[in-house]
Amino acid sequence: MPGQVQSIARAAAILRLLASSSGRLGIGEIARSLDLPKGTAHGIVRTLQDVGFVEQDKTSGKYQLGAALLHLGTSYLDVNELRSRSINWADPLAARSGEAVRIGTLLDGKVLVVHHVFRPDDTLQTLDVGSLLPPHATALGKVLLAYDVGAANTVMQGEPEPYTRRTLVTARALTRALSEIRDNGWAAEIEEMTPGKAGIAAPIRGYGGLVVGAIGLSGPVDRICDGSGAPRPTLVTYVRDAARAVSRDLGAARW
Amino acid sequence: MTESYVVAIDQGTTSTRCIVFDRRGNLVSVAQREHQQHFPRPGWVEHDAAEIWRNVGKVVPRALAQAGVTADQIAAIGIANQRESTVVWDRRTGVPVAPAIIWQDTRTDAVVETLTRSPGAENVQQLCGLPLTTYFSGPKLRWLLDHTPGLTERAERGEVLFGTMESWLIWNLTGGPDGGLHLTDVTNASRTMLMDLRTLDWHPDLLAFFGIPAAMLPEIRSSSEVYGTATTVLPGVRIAAALGDQQAALFGQTCFAPGDAKCTYGTGSFLLLNTGPEPVHSSHGLLTTVGYRIGDEPAVYALEGSIAITGSLVQWFRDRLELISTAPEIETLARTVEDNGGCYIVPAFSGLFAPHWRSEARGVIVGLTSYITKGHLARAVLEATGWQTREVVDAMNADSGLDLTALRVDGGMTANNLLMQFVADVLAVPVVRPMVAETVSLGAAYAAGLAVGYWPDLEGLRRNWHLAARWVPEMDATVREQERQNWQRAVERTFGWIKPEARAANG
Repeated sequence: MPGQVQSIARAAAILRLLASSSGRLGIGEIARSLDLPKGTAHGIVRTLQDVGFVEQDKTSGKYQLGAALLHLGTSYLDVNELRSRSINWADPLAARSGEAVRIGTLLDGKVLVVHHVFRPDDTLQTLDVGSLLPPHATALGKVLLAYDVGAANTVMQGEPEPYTRRTLVTARALTRALSEIRDNGWAAEIEEMTPGKAGIAAPIRGYGGLVVGAIGLSGPVDRICDGSGAPRPTLVTYVRDAARAVSRDLGAARW
Repeated sequence: MTESYVVAIDQGTTSTRCIVFDRRGNLVSVAQREHQQHFPRPGWVEHDAAEIWRNVGKVVPRALAQAGVTADQIAAIGIANQRESTVVWDRRTGVPVAPAIIWQDTRTDAVVETLTRSPGAENVQQLCGLPLTTYFSGPKLRWLLDHTPGLTERAERGEVLFGTMESWLIWNLTGGPDGGLHLTDVTNASRTMLMDLRTLDWHPDLLAFFGIPAAMLPEIRSSSEVYGTATTVLPGVRIAAALGDQQAALFGQTCFAPGDAKCTYGTGSFLLLNTGPEPVHSSHGLLTTVGYRIGDEPAVYALEGSIAITGSLVQWFRDRLELISTAPEIETLARTVEDNGGCYIVPAFSGLFAPHWRSEARGVIVGLTSYITKGHLARAVLEATGWQTREVVDAMNADSGLDLTALRVDGGMTANNLLMQFVADVLAVPVVRPMVAETVSLGAAYAAGLAVGYWPDLEGLRRNWHLAARWVPEMDATVREQERQNWQRAVERTFGWIKPEARAANG
């Protein structure tokens, strides 16, 4: 059995201390209560503040439990926040790849499109923010399922709809695909929802590495895939770079 | 051959950003740092110019490091800046003599009132294109000269320098007290009320009217030309463009033809319409301004409608009312309800800008009933931005005789889908967003890249413009008209709130 991680135990103690205290506590008070050096207590509190578990009062500088603790079970990243943070990286992805870009999150077992950038050829396209996509038949959805065991199980226990001959509908096929996606760090969908269409997606990670969404591009299969039918490596690189850039922005932020 | 890039410094009202762009106009990296907003008295807004300059020194290296590029790969620097905000500093020490007075600051109410009654006031707008109000640099500079002991004398002796933010940054980038270049560009100069719109030079009558010593003024240059070489932050890199942020956005949206218009949604929002090589004077409360000037070519003019409070209303909702914790959450909250529930917010926090120009107006929330939730308030916050856009578009259509057929949008608030849909709904024309939402920075980069030959011509820049999103009107025409009338009635309730005596006392 692995040993105890000391900083996590201390973080838990700080949370208990704040929860049982009647008012806000200063760093000095926290450090004294737990017999920790002030610097150590401060480092832990700051990290807890970054993830939103602890909040600092602006005027007194003292700490209390954060609102995020009360909503631990619900999504912690607002979808409009996600769009706002990723817009600067979704645009260049569309520009570089020449394909339409979408960002999605899971909502009640479906992929909710939270952001959509048109294919940069100035043809008539319709904004589909707010629409729902099937998770098992899209690159965005498969990425999200790969990092969400609960959602993946729900999809597999239901009867995944076969959109084309290539749609993954069995638990076995999906399980294998999701495991591959976790190994590769990205997903592809080739004519699994619409014949002639393909897509590539990668996970967007928030603080601590939690997957909060997926970003991907989609287009005609002959543009997304090379002669051998595999996703073009340059496009995969573009998608992964964009996903990393958004993740970096999210991780660096205060949550 | 190693790839080269262009760096844009966007010195905005709330933050200073550095963005690295590549040849296709794609954003490569961005670094940002907010600066402190000081509100020492009601109506006063100040920044510490020294803090802003320090922030430039922090964000530029960070953006370069993120992009993985070095200074020798930078072809040019372009600057876009918050306009009208006024800095006066000591030529020898480089220290600002007072906090910078920011464009939203209304302390010059009384100065403006006195000036309006002075001889020569009737010629001011004809010469400079701007109405006498608190927002422009001339009155702010007058206030500083009046309220800083000995400043006028020092200005006459050339010991202190005046500039808007681009002048301050260029002077510092090129050596500061040690040979720094003291210059501005035509777009920023056109916001001082001191420049003749036709000659593009300081006008002696305007200097006399405002009582500004010529010795403290920067030299007026084109928006796109090599001014000099940076000696610090990016030593050896050419500084090749400066534009006021809104003109930079017009340039970044490639609105190069007369009739092209854009609206930038930020702290405030600004709609600019390219009117070509001749200034068009407005009879509907719009401003006449310089759009840009490339090298020795004739200047291109623009009509501008400015809305003071749009994004800052969301910030107020977040920071003062604390109903949301981040700005984008306003959309989430607004979507918890179907409509505004009959509630309207008119954010005349520092008076109303175009087309009303009522500096005595103050904000109102009307239509409150026990039914109203914070969701309705969130909707009213967003709708205020939509209706204010509509008022400016109506004025522009009337002045130019053209009907707007589509609105190009940019700025942070374009990430808000509910708002963009609402703007399309109330304007009854499509709203289009280009691939790069950061058009302010892009415009500064374009102008700088053009000056050094990084990009060949305007046509090449235009080819970089691509549609990223398009919102089409969905609102029923009857509903639109009803809501427009409600908004109008709400606006009327803001008028005349500040009494003249109170204003005199504030000044």
